[in-house]
Amino acid sequence: MSIHDKIVQGFENNNVEFITTVPCKQLAGVIDGVEKSDSIFHIPSNNENEGMGLCAGAYMGGKRSAIIMQNTAIGVTINTLATLIQYYHFPLPMLISYRGELEEPVACQVEMAVHTKALLDQMKIPTYHFHDPEDVEEFDEILRYTFMCNKPTAILTDASFWNKASRKEGAA
Amino acid sequence: MIRSEIIKALIPVIKDELVVCNIGLPSQELHLMDDQPTNFYMLGTMGLSSSIGLGLALAQKAKVIAIDGDGSVLTNFGTLPTIANNVADNFILLIIDNGSYGSTGDQPTYTGKKTSLKEVAIACGCDNVIECRAEQTVEVVQSALASNKMTIIISKCESGNIPVPVITLDPVVIAHRFMTEVKKRNVG
Repeated sequence: MSIHDKIVQGFENNNVEFITTVPCKQLAGVIDGVEKSDSIFHIPSNNENEGMGLCAGAYMGGKRSAIIMQNTAIGVTINTLATLIQYYHFPLPMLISYRGELEEPVACQVEMAVHTKALLDQMKIPTYHFHDPEDVEEFDEILRYTFMCNKPTAILTDASFWNKASRKEGAA
Repeated sequence: MIRSEIIKALIPVIKDELVVCNIGLPSQELHLMDDQPTNFYMLGTMGLSSSIGLGLALAQKAKVIAIDGDGSVLTNFGTLPTIANNVADNFILLIIDNGSYGSTGDQPTYTGKKTSLKEVAIACGCDNVIECRAEQTVEVVQSALASNKMTIIISKCESGNIPVPVITLDPVVIAHRFMTEVKKRNVG
């Protein structure tokens, strides 16, 4: 099973039925999988604030929701995280493409990468960093934890994680 | 008519519906005039009333009315294409357009100048876009509820505010009692 399929299956196994996405090249395979899933309603957002609003509404409607986005969005959504998601105690798994780490080709991405963990730490958001393909094994438990404690959580997936997984799948 | 008069006139029509209400004075006015567990008051996060309302409408079957303002829609313009392309026939977006940022002291917005939210919503692909005068709002909302079609209403009114207290309800309480009402409406 590909790493993308494992992530989509993790969402399905944890009854996440509503996912909004703002695209990233690294996450394209997961976004395709979410779109194809029979049990997940996929709604693309025009920005991550809007996406978090959609997720909050869907959660109050009885559907577990999640957002897929780039780490640059942390800079965009601090207020929404504090005054909507955290203030009302809504659970929100954020599957994040961690651009600007090792193997990054675009210099500007590094400018937000250096702030990403500090911002998440400042917001007291439980944060997990997937660097090696095996790290995906924790995804299921992270989702369970998110819906247990009703908090936003961040899953940072860097280029090494995706590239190593793809090399491994290519060799198999 | 000003916004608080529209909200007051709407109460008999919306009191039993799920209402997501915009941050600031709109929520405070609704809370003062007719606090209900079916009201979700936004205490922060300007601009997301329509997004929360759409997410809620797509996730369950009961009707949802999102009360929004011109300033808030301007700050989250991306919401209109998302609404247009993800039709929820149990969703009504009521934009009370007074051409000003009421909660912050009535500074003018661009909708009081050259920008028409009706034209923007239509250009974004929304169907059933109705612009009305403040005095027609109750009737238009009633027809939208009866139509079972997703409807975007822009109610043009005058700017102006009444003094209202802030909402001191705990956000977790607001969400809990609202979600309890949502569940009741989705049994069976």
